[in-house]
Amino acid sequence: MSLLTVEKLNVRFATPDGEVHAVKDLGFDLAKGETLGIVGESGSGKSQSVLSLLGLLADNGRAAGTARFENRDLLALAESELREIRGSRISMIFQDPMTSLNPYLTIADQMTQVVREHETVTRQAARERCIEMLEAVRIPEAEARFNRYPHELSGGMRQRVMIASSLLLNPEILIADEPTTALDVTVQAQILDLMRDLNDRYGTAIILITHDLGVVAGLCERVLVMHEGELKERGEVRDIFYRPQHDYTRRLLDAVPRLDEERVEKLAAGAGSGVVPEAGEALLTVDDLKVQFGIPGDGLFAGTRQLRAVDGVSLSLAAGETLGVVGESGCGKSTLARAIVKLVPKSAGRVCLLGREMDALDRETLGEMRRSLQIIFQDPLASLNPRMTVGDIVSEPLWTHRPELDKGSVRQLVTEVLERVGIGGHQLNRYPHEFSGGQCQRIGIARALVLKPRIIICDEPVSALDVSIQAQIVDLLMDLQSDFGLALVFIAHDLAVVRHISHRVMVMYLGTIMEVASREDLYERPAHPYTRALISAVPIPDPDLERSRERELLSGDLPSPLDPPSGCRFRTRCRYAIDRCAAETPKLELLDSTLVACHRADDLRRG
Amino acid sequence: MLRYTVRRLLGAIPTLLILIALAFFMIRAAPGGPFDAERALLPEIEQNLRAVYHLDEPLYLQFLRYLGGLLQGDFGPSFQYRDFTVTELIMAGFPVSLRIGGLAMLLALAVGVTVGSIAALRQNTRIDYSVMSVSMTGISIPNFVMAPMLVLVFAVYLGWLPAGGLGDGSFANLVLPVISLALPQIAYISRLTRGSMIEVLRSNFIRTARAQGLPERKILLRHALKPALLPVVSYLGPATAAVITGSVVIEQIFSIPGLGRFFVQGALNRDYTLVMGVVVFYGTLIVVFNLLVDLAYAWLDPKVKYA
Repeated sequence: MSLLTVEKLNVRFATPDGEVHAVKDLGFDLAKGETLGIVGESGSGKSQSVLSLLGLLADNGRAAGTARFENRDLLALAESELREIRGSRISMIFQDPMTSLNPYLTIADQMTQVVREHETVTRQAARERCIEMLEAVRIPEAEARFNRYPHELSGGMRQRVMIASSLLLNPEILIADEPTTALDVTVQAQILDLMRDLNDRYGTAIILITHDLGVVAGLCERVLVMHEGELKERGEVRDIFYRPQHDYTRRLLDAVPRLDEERVEKLAAGAGSGVVPEAGEALLTVDDLKVQFGIPGDGLFAGTRQLRAVDGVSLSLAAGETLGVVGESGCGKSTLARAIVKLVPKSAGRVCLLGREMDALDRETLGEMRRSLQIIFQDPLASLNPRMTVGDIVSEPLWTHRPELDKGSVRQLVTEVLERVGIGGHQLNRYPHEFSGGQCQRIGIARALVLKPRIIICDEPVSALDVSIQAQIVDLLMDLQSDFGLALVFIAHDLAVVRHISHRVMVMYLGTIMEVASREDLYERPAHPYTRALISAVPIPDPDLERSRERELLSGDLPSPLDPPSGCRFRTRCRYAIDRCAAETPKLELLDSTLVACHRADDLRRG
Repeated sequence: MLRYTVRRLLGAIPTLLILIALAFFMIRAAPGGPFDAERALLPEIEQNLRAVYHLDEPLYLQFLRYLGGLLQGDFGPSFQYRDFTVTELIMAGFPVSLRIGGLAMLLALAVGVTVGSIAALRQNTRIDYSVMSVSMTGISIPNFVMAPMLVLVFAVYLGWLPAGGLGDGSFANLVLPVISLALPQIAYISRLTRGSMIEVLRSNFIRTARAQGLPERKILLRHALKPALLPVVSYLGPATAAVITGSVVIEQIFSIPGLGRFFVQGALNRDYTLVMGVVVFYGTLIVVFNLLVDLAYAWLDPKVKYA
């Protein structure tokens, strides 16, 4: 028997620009204890459709249709009746656990009020039930954390708290709206594992809304594919993945870069894939780079403590080469990027650009040298000045670095480079907010490209974009690389994307390098336990493979970089750690063709 | 927290020094002196008076002497109110000013926050628009215009309330001065509350609270009010300064024997020490109050940690 039956659901928003029809005639049903995935890109109406079921649309939204749940039509219920269902019969968790919990109330306040709103229980009983639930979602030291504020917990912990609050009243349905999108892969794997387990244990039906097909493959029994408000396809998860009927589903599947698949070879000859460049031809070398931040201590006379964001990183980069840099958030990869281009001051180490040490240069030469080293940023819209037109944004570097150019030639150069990245020259006078996220990132790339640099540092350039757009941007970067012989440093937390684009990959953890290897070596024969865990945490968009493969899940969170573990920094989360790991910091050493910092890498490779 | 407080208090010293120096040299630069208004004194007597009050010394020496006195908590004798020290005058006037100013602040907070929240909840309705236009009027009309108008209506035409004076300090005597002092603050605070409340009500954690089935009233009181009040708390520092400035005018209009009135009288009579005393006293008060506001902010917002 079906638990929830949705028919002819239509959601419309009244906007100043006219009506927006966000969800069109959506119909689906959900059985008791079932896991249903709703997949689509941003703007597909997947979130709005479930928000409308609980009456949580924005004020200008209207829902029509029927949604039968326990013999009642959710869409026809009065606010007070709906309120009894929310949080108790049907509960919901959201994408961003940072902002979805109230930062001004303790976890205890936020959780107990849910229980006490729906049931008449004593404060003490509510408290006990909450702590029990926190333990059920595997929060260590639940009782101590219960009285903390959300910002004192990590992102993963916060999402666990959200899940625990939503399960307090044993709901029939848990709606999870992109529950892992804001989290690291390692934490995502933990949360998905937890949701699977809770579904088994409590029989709670789950509606999982996501753009990530890998997540769906591992968790869901049935899948709906939505696009522009319409249901494109629905079916069993294996049918959707192995026998997709609709074109859009196929396109979506093709766009996903897969960890278990070979890279589409797009690079021109000369940039030999996987070949570690020989010494001497390096465009960029970084030698023992350190970046420290002073954190003021507590107490009247406490000194400043040093946060070592980057602690001794060396790398080199040859023309036409892409070096991928991966690691969990907080590993120092973005700080590394910024220190290389001197956006943050380094504390120690050397950076040589085109064979010249950057520190030794005078201001003028340094300015000139900077032309050859450009950077593009993570948040495409936020990194473009909203008050400047696209033409101004892209021409600005030229005014600084090539003042000899006249207006006409600047305009011509800007038009050329914009067209090269796929933005038509007629859009020169538009402002950033008139473009989509993917287009904004193209503009960011154009801004970096206009000076004809030799090296571009890409700091999470695609993390904020939809899968299909990600693929386009990555393809664009690879095309540009082969056209101009660019060297790229590609920073990302998504290992699949990094595999797609990189020749060599560097894995960072708490400011240090764990492993550097060619792409083939890293993904086929990862030497460091941390690399193995990272790879194992990435969900594969293939239901059978995803469900059958063995995982090396990482437990717990990243330790505080203020107080890193002694010896090997990874040892507190490493299942292979031995006494020596705590006593002695492993050096980066060559194992076959891989550089790895692990005392046990040799044993592990031999099995 | 302690470290922060100590640092802030140390940082207040140069602020106060600059304030004292500015006030000291400005009042001295003003034409006339403390003994000019009375009928002409014999030159010897004036000479003696000036010697007693050290007014015959070079200005810098007088300044240092004044600072030295301040360090010992001595504001000096008043020139005008003979037989009284400035400290005694402040102790007499401040309780009256505190009562009026404190009541005005409380009224402004209570009314401003309530009205602002209502406007936010009824955003873009007639209620919202009327509340906001009334408060804009409150901001635009200065209190030296508003106060006489209130007196005209409620004391002269309607005869409900006394027109001025403290009388026996009863409630009726306080109503008009407190309201005239509070009105601009009510206007500011309601606009601040409305803006921040609208922003908070759009945030994700309010959506979470709704999804958990909490009724709107609890969402407002438990989840939204505290964060929405943060900008208002920040404004309390400047608001205190505004109320103190306002009280100088209001006490004059309503003939209330508060510190503000002493200040105006002192300035007119070139009562150097009295003017200096009130400036230093209020300056210190504002500095301390701003520190308290910042500490209250940290207490309200668990993410703010001062170190």
